[in-house]
Amino acid sequence: MSLELSKFSVINRQGQNLFTPVDFAIAKGEVACVMGPSGVGKSTLLNAIGGHLSSDFRIAGKLVLNAQEVTHMRVAERHIGILFQDPLLFPHLTVGDNLAFGLKAKVGDTKQRRLLVEQALDQAQLTDFYHRHPQTLSGGQQSRVALMRALLAQPQALLLDEPFSKLDLDLRHTMREFLFDQARLRLIPVLLATHEPADAHAANGPLVILKPHSSQAL
Amino acid sequence: MLSSHWPKLLMLIALGMSILLPVVIGLGEALRAAFGILPALGRHSFSVNAWQQLWQLPGLISSLRLTLFSGFAATIMALLLAIFGSSWVYNSSLKLSFLGRLKPLVQLIIVPVLAAPHAAIAIGLAFLIAPSGWLVRWFSPWLTDWTLPPDWATVQDLWGLSLTLGLVIKELPFLWLVCLVALKQINVAKQMSLAQSLGYSHSLAWRKIIIPQLYPLIRLPVMVVLVYALSTVDMAQILGPNNPPTLALVTMRLYTDANAQMLLPASAAAISLAMLMVVSILLWEVCVRGLMLINKVSIRSGGRASKWTLLGTTLITALPISFILGLLSLLVLAIWSITWRWSFPEAWPTSWSFDYWLQLLTEWPLALKHSLITALISSGLALMLAVIWLEVQDRFGGHFYRATLWFIYLPLLVPQIAFLYGLKVSFLRLGLSGGIGTVIWAHLLFVFPYVMLSLVDSWRALDQRYLSVAKSLGSSSWTCLWRIKLSLLLRPLLIAWAIGMAVSISQYLPTLLIGAGRVESLTTEAVSLASGADRRLVGVYGLLQALVPLLAYSCALLLPRWVTLKHMK
Amino acid sequence: MMTLLNYSRATQLSIILLMTSLGLLSQLTHANATPTSAPTPKWQQTIDQGAGDTVYWHAWGGDVRTNDFITWVGEQTEILYDVKVKQVKLSSTSEAVTQVLAEKAAGQNTDGAVDMVWINGANFLAMKEQELLHGPFVADLPNAKYLDLSPNAPATVDFTEAVAGLEVPWRLARFVFIVDSKRVTKAPLSMAQMLTWAKANPGRLTHPVVSNFMGTTFLKQALIELTPDVSLLQQPATEQAFITATAPLWRWYDAIKPHLWRAGKNFPENESIQQQMLSDGAIDIAMAFDPAAAAAGIASGLLPTSARIFVPSLGSLGNVSFVAIPYNASHKAAAKLVANFLLQPETQAHMQNINILGSFSVLDPTQFNETQAQVFADLPTSEALPTLTDLGPTLLEPHASWSVKLKQQWSQRYSQ
Repeated sequence: MSLELSKFSVINRQGQNLFTPVDFAIAKGEVACVMGPSGVGKSTLLNAIGGHLSSDFRIAGKLVLNAQEVTHMRVAERHIGILFQDPLLFPHLTVGDNLAFGLKAKVGDTKQRRLLVEQALDQAQLTDFYHRHPQTLSGGQQSRVALMRALLAQPQALLLDEPFSKLDLDLRHTMREFLFDQARLRLIPVLLATHEPADAHAANGPLVILKPHSSQAL
Repeated sequence: MLSSHWPKLLMLIALGMSILLPVVIGLGEALRAAFGILPALGRHSFSVNAWQQLWQLPGLISSLRLTLFSGFAATIMALLLAIFGSSWVYNSSLKLSFLGRLKPLVQLIIVPVLAAPHAAIAIGLAFLIAPSGWLVRWFSPWLTDWTLPPDWATVQDLWGLSLTLGLVIKELPFLWLVCLVALKQINVAKQMSLAQSLGYSHSLAWRKIIIPQLYPLIRLPVMVVLVYALSTVDMAQILGPNNPPTLALVTMRLYTDANAQMLLPASAAAISLAMLMVVSILLWEVCVRGLMLINKVSIRSGGRASKWTLLGTTLITALPISFILGLLSLLVLAIWSITWRWSFPEAWPTSWSFDYWLQLLTEWPLALKHSLITALISSGLALMLAVIWLEVQDRFGGHFYRATLWFIYLPLLVPQIAFLYGLKVSFLRLGLSGGIGTVIWAHLLFVFPYVMLSLVDSWRALDQRYLSVAKSLGSSSWTCLWRIKLSLLLRPLLIAWAIGMAVSISQYLPTLLIGAGRVESLTTEAVSLASGADRRLVGVYGLLQALVPLLAYSCALLLPRWVTLKHMK
Repeated sequence: MMTLLNYSRATQLSIILLMTSLGLLSQLTHANATPTSAPTPKWQQTIDQGAGDTVYWHAWGGDVRTNDFITWVGEQTEILYDVKVKQVKLSSTSEAVTQVLAEKAAGQNTDGAVDMVWINGANFLAMKEQELLHGPFVADLPNAKYLDLSPNAPATVDFTEAVAGLEVPWRLARFVFIVDSKRVTKAPLSMAQMLTWAKANPGRLTHPVVSNFMGTTFLKQALIELTPDVSLLQQPATEQAFITATAPLWRWYDAIKPHLWRAGKNFPENESIQQQMLSDGAIDIAMAFDPAAAAAGIASGLLPTSARIFVPSLGSLGNVSFVAIPYNASHKAAAKLVANFLLQPETQAHMQNINILGSFSVLDPTQFNETQAQVFADLPTSEALPTLTDLGPTLLEPHASWSVKLKQQWSQRYSQ
């Protein structure tokens, strides 16, 4: 599986590019990082790739996932997972139900699904957390659940929008390793937006620097 | 530590009492009368005669059926449409499509129907869909070959469908507004993105993720709508059947019967109506819990398939139809207000006249003045009280929050007709009748909850960090807090005020009963003239009634923008 | 005044004559209605007590012309007695009854909110029984001389209940039918004819809900025509008498019901809405209590120009609209002044003028002098306005207990 962007850019209402168009590809199991100055549009780029752009913006260029063009496809059909800064666990569901929400429908009956969710919890070192409420978990625990939820949906690519910025250094390290392991295990391309060089260093994958498009005008 | 809170606690209690007490007194009087004790009629002994009389009324079961059907159907439909409408507003995939471009117009479409009083919409709608109504007149006789109206039951039908329609048209904008305000508290966009990235379609994500979080926030307004739909008097009178009518109308008829002895079964009917509300609310909650449970089960099964297309198509067509009908109802009132004669099957009036508007300039100032004064004072007071209440609660730490909320809304959850007559008698005993002061207080009972309802969510959603920053910058005094809080909340405050104005203008029974006929308002005049069935007059008064709240809403929407523009300069 | 004594006798006399004639002239050119005879000391007391007050007259507000007339009355009484009139518009008279009742319940025996109420029938009975009325006071009014107050005259009996001087009549009511003459060429003049007509024109006839005064009156009218022994209706209704008396009525109603508008499953709320239906073309026959209703409706654009009145050949029920003063009214004296003014022949003529209101006067024409009779004769006429003779005989109202039982029985038989 691979994710390819060609001459990809986001255009605002006034018809200007937010950043210089980018071209890059992420191979299976690879973790790419996108960096750039604050406000340049990292989140917008991720939203554009995931399909969550607001109506104020337009996309230019092409986006191909596993040899299929998905530039203008509906979000639900893209199978591109996303993680935001906040874990955003659904507050009205328990931890287990949050994970079950992510689990694909066609996977077995109730018992099997329960099993898979338990397995995911084990992987995240959160065994017996099925009936806990998200508000009772720590930041790090929530992030892990959020990640597992995204992965249970068996996405074909994963986008992460500064997911570790709220965690302390140690936790950051652990989560990062956990994430990279999972990505490599499931062989999915991962795009990580960050401004920590340490992340890029650990990822050891393609590095995309976003440049504001109007830098020449200044 | 608690000792420093005593004055605030007392204040909360005092405020609560002034809201709770009238309702309790009114219900108490009704309860006494229902069990045979009404000194004015010489009845001093306990008896259940009144209840027997009530039960023996013919057609009571049909009335009950009609009331339950129209009340529940209208609330369910209005709620579904409001939720659906909210999901449409938040649907980012409708970017540049026709539907997407309509989004900014939403406020414009909602406000007129929201501001218009119930009676005005009901009368307009009744004329619109009647067999001799405007819609039929448009298509007759060239399409239908009718020179006389057909004998159809499109209005006042026995099933209460036209009543349900009228209720939906009027309650939908209110619930929609409530949903939109509540949704601001939930991080909708990001959660929807998340859910959709997990493979769920927009509508499914909305149903499984947003609605369960939304409902607890709008529970109270939905209850208020349910109670209104089950106990409305003016709309049922105009759109509902009268043989037999809804329970609220049965109660009204008993209260206004020339035979004074009927006041006892009337009180029994009033108490029954109040109990029906309690039962209905419980039933509703049980059903909602059931639905939430089913939702949870379907979440666990992870189904991504959208099975709701039939419902979706119904909702997508019903939503604009509802608004179109609402706006047309108001338009037809406007046309009637400048009509002289309009016979069937003319599509437009046969002859015109501005007489009624001109007459208004010489004859009305007093009713208009009364309405304006009452509305301005009661909504201003209500706003002040709401702000004080919320501020005190903030400092208290929201312990009693949930409990106090329910008894603020008590006047809205008890049918007006159940307790207003009893309250009137109590006011008379205290010598407090017939003045505009007591009318304002009576209005305050109903305006305050609505103002609270519309303000509380925005207030609680205010980012506390602004205040922390302000305090850290040295402003620990009340005034600075006020300056920040109130200017940040300017828009919600003004909207709450506008809602208060609208509620006050449309009050009928309170002005009538508590004012003892000395305080005439736009609404009392309109309803008494509506009993004369001169549509032209009703058109004029209906429009006037809608005009005042409309102006209030325009202020509420435009003033903040004007203020920010001033600041930017 | 001092200078007057300096003039000669002749000059003095002529000056006095001039001033007297000027005074008389000013009286004559005064407002429409002027008291022509000097008030008795007792009445003068009433005038003095009432001066400067505002009378709150609680009256049904659904007819603009009536409201305008009441405004006119207030203007005149202000000029005459310095008494203002404020109409409190009601949707139903019982609102005023419950107000006074509530005040009594609360022990408020003075300074009541209701000074005067437009009332008759069941509402009057209720107030009289509950001792909520002030009076008797009709005999105190100077203009009562224009009324026919002999026993059993319409002004002394209100739905078989003795008025006993507790209320003052002010306008006449007759139960009449209104038709659109363009659509109905031959109006049914009896209940039997109405049945045939309804069968031939299904869905074109209806009556207001029976809980409404007009609906009950329609049933009463039919009962009077169809009952075997009319004199029984003047007595209180007993169970047995009711069953035998109403049997033909229910037979007739069962026969006509399926041919009514909406197959008799729903009814208009009151007479105004029924007239509106006539105007819309939904039905062909409407009802009213005011013989001038058709002409007034045409004049105000609420009825088609082809609307006409008809009465059954047997005659129709008639009653009188009264005004009464509650026992705890705040401004009793002023209210009496207004009530007296209503009985002034000039006032009644003004009211009967079809361009103003058109209601028939309650006065006894034999009490008029020539000028007053001429005023009435000069009133404008209209095609849609029947004359008093056109209206035929007035049928006697049954005892109140018949109305109550009719309502109950109808509800039991025909409620869904």
